[in-house]
Amino acid sequence: MNDDARPAIAARALGHRYGSREALAGIDFTVARGARYAVLGPNGSGKSTLFKLLATILPVQQGELSVLGVDLREAPGAVRARMGVVFQSPAVDRRLTVRQNLAYGGALFGLHGAELAARIDEVLARTGLTDRASDRVDALSGGLRRRVELAKCMLHRPELLLLDEPTSGLDPSARRELWALLRGDPDLTVVFATHLLEEAEAADRVLILHEGRVVAEGTPGELSASVGSPALEVAVDQEALPGALVLLATRFGLHPIAFGGGLRAQAHDAHLLVPEVYAALGSKARRVSVSPPSLLDVFFARTGAPFPDGWMPPPAQQVREGGRR
Amino acid sequence: MSRAVYALWHRELVRFLGDRARVVGSLGQPIVFFLLFAGALRDSLRVGTQTYGEFFFPGTLAMIVMFTAIFATITVIEDRREGFLQGVLVAPVPRAAIAFGKVAGGATLGALLGAVFLLGGFAFGFVPFSFAALAGGLAVLVVLAIALTACGFALAWCLDSTAGYHGVMMLVLMPALLLSGAFFPRTGAHGIVRALMTVDPLTYGVGLLRHALGNVDPAAGVPAADVCLSVTLAFAAASLALAVAVTVRRSARDAV
Repeated sequence: MNDDARPAIAARALGHRYGSREALAGIDFTVARGARYAVLGPNGSGKSTLFKLLATILPVQQGELSVLGVDLREAPGAVRARMGVVFQSPAVDRRLTVRQNLAYGGALFGLHGAELAARIDEVLARTGLTDRASDRVDALSGGLRRRVELAKCMLHRPELLLLDEPTSGLDPSARRELWALLRGDPDLTVVFATHLLEEAEAADRVLILHEGRVVAEGTPGELSASVGSPALEVAVDQEALPGALVLLATRFGLHPIAFGGGLRAQAHDAHLLVPEVYAALGSKARRVSVSPPSLLDVFFARTGAPFPDGWMPPPAQQVREGGRR
Repeated sequence: MSRAVYALWHRELVRFLGDRARVVGSLGQPIVFFLLFAGALRDSLRVGTQTYGEFFFPGTLAMIVMFTAIFATITVIEDRREGFLQGVLVAPVPRAAIAFGKVAGGATLGALLGAVFLLGGFAFGFVPFSFAALAGGLAVLVVLAIALTACGFALAWCLDSTAGYHGVMMLVLMPALLLSGAFFPRTGAHGIVRALMTVDPLTYGVGLLRHALGNVDPAAGVPAADVCLSVTLAFAAASLALAVAVTVRRSARDAV
């Protein structure tokens, strides 16, 4: 079988321990070539460990892991030239200019001379950084810095991009700009870790991790459909939240979870409940609506655990972030 | 690998030259030390036939190389904290390239700054000028710079914080410099101190500098030239091997 026919990533019973602590408990998944593949999970779910294994920073301890047809247990170094990695923490040197960063990054991947210069110009143009090439990185905004990271990882034309929370700390418009840069290259496989639902739902497939185990894997549509019921969303003022939670649980027999400054509960007859919930909450209700099942509900349905704080930033916070820029 | 080493070496130089405070501090601090000690002890302390300034000059060269090595290798910790190191670890280069690149960068800076001070020493008559002294002095500076930068690199790689590095510096590196015969001669020292000076590899580095610069006074108790050369070369080789060994060791903490 030639390399191109193999999946971009294949993991079988992949496990990892830090001393006595188990970070990944034997997970299986496959990523097809050219896919946009999201790894979704709260902090401590094993996302970062998985990324370090994929990026060959950590050695494979248990199970099998092959990336671009290369068995990482045998030759982890052999795949590095074919993939680009963007870490959650910035890997660009803030005290150097954009061009200097790209030049050093390219040199580490064996590029030099006229070819390196041409590739730098190419990625600068692609990421819209041509005008900022001579600026020091610490003079750039967070969004532009992320673009420098991405540009650096694209210099050697990787077949696989690994992005660990690539939009972390960015406002929604900078997030959209970053994702726009990654579109239009059907041969490039992109695997990204995220805690943002909207990013995961835009992926071809999603792997949901929780406490080092795979909770669910599939297309966002398949996963949401597996939950079946739509969700009732109730927005109330913060002080009314506990009361509303109790009300939904006792009077309506629902299992509400708090998220984004409101409550969310699955219900087969969610649309019928809207007027009743409105009436029961009275003036405390700011909005009661029905939404189709989402990955949020998949996580809750499969783990029985609500989303940890920070897993999904409340809409209000997103608006504030957007307003600051 | 050579391109990666070159890139990492070049980055060290560009970063150093872009940081004016570091340039001034690296050269200025030893010069201030030298002028204060040489000036203060001019009439009160002589070592054999040497004035204290003449005696202390090779020691100051060693101090310049050591401080430059410390400041250069402390950036390993910054590189890890700022994420730059992760970017290097996922590149298709052997981990040893990181050690070689960083050590080459720090050693180049140390040797260059030492060379500037050495030229000043010739100009102001602290060392008699000869081409042999110039060539020999520069060669020893390079070997000493490699040894100390590699040593600093290995320490920095194993530490998590710059504060921890400062602690180790004050506990290990500074005493090693103080006991190297840079500040005082071995002959007059207490037996325990003299024993410590004998096992301090820097004693032989400073001794080698003295031999190269024709700065050996019998009263200073400098070890023989061939011993100094052997120990200093062995020290440099061992430090470099250690620097490579710590980067090659794969562990979870590398990924932090």
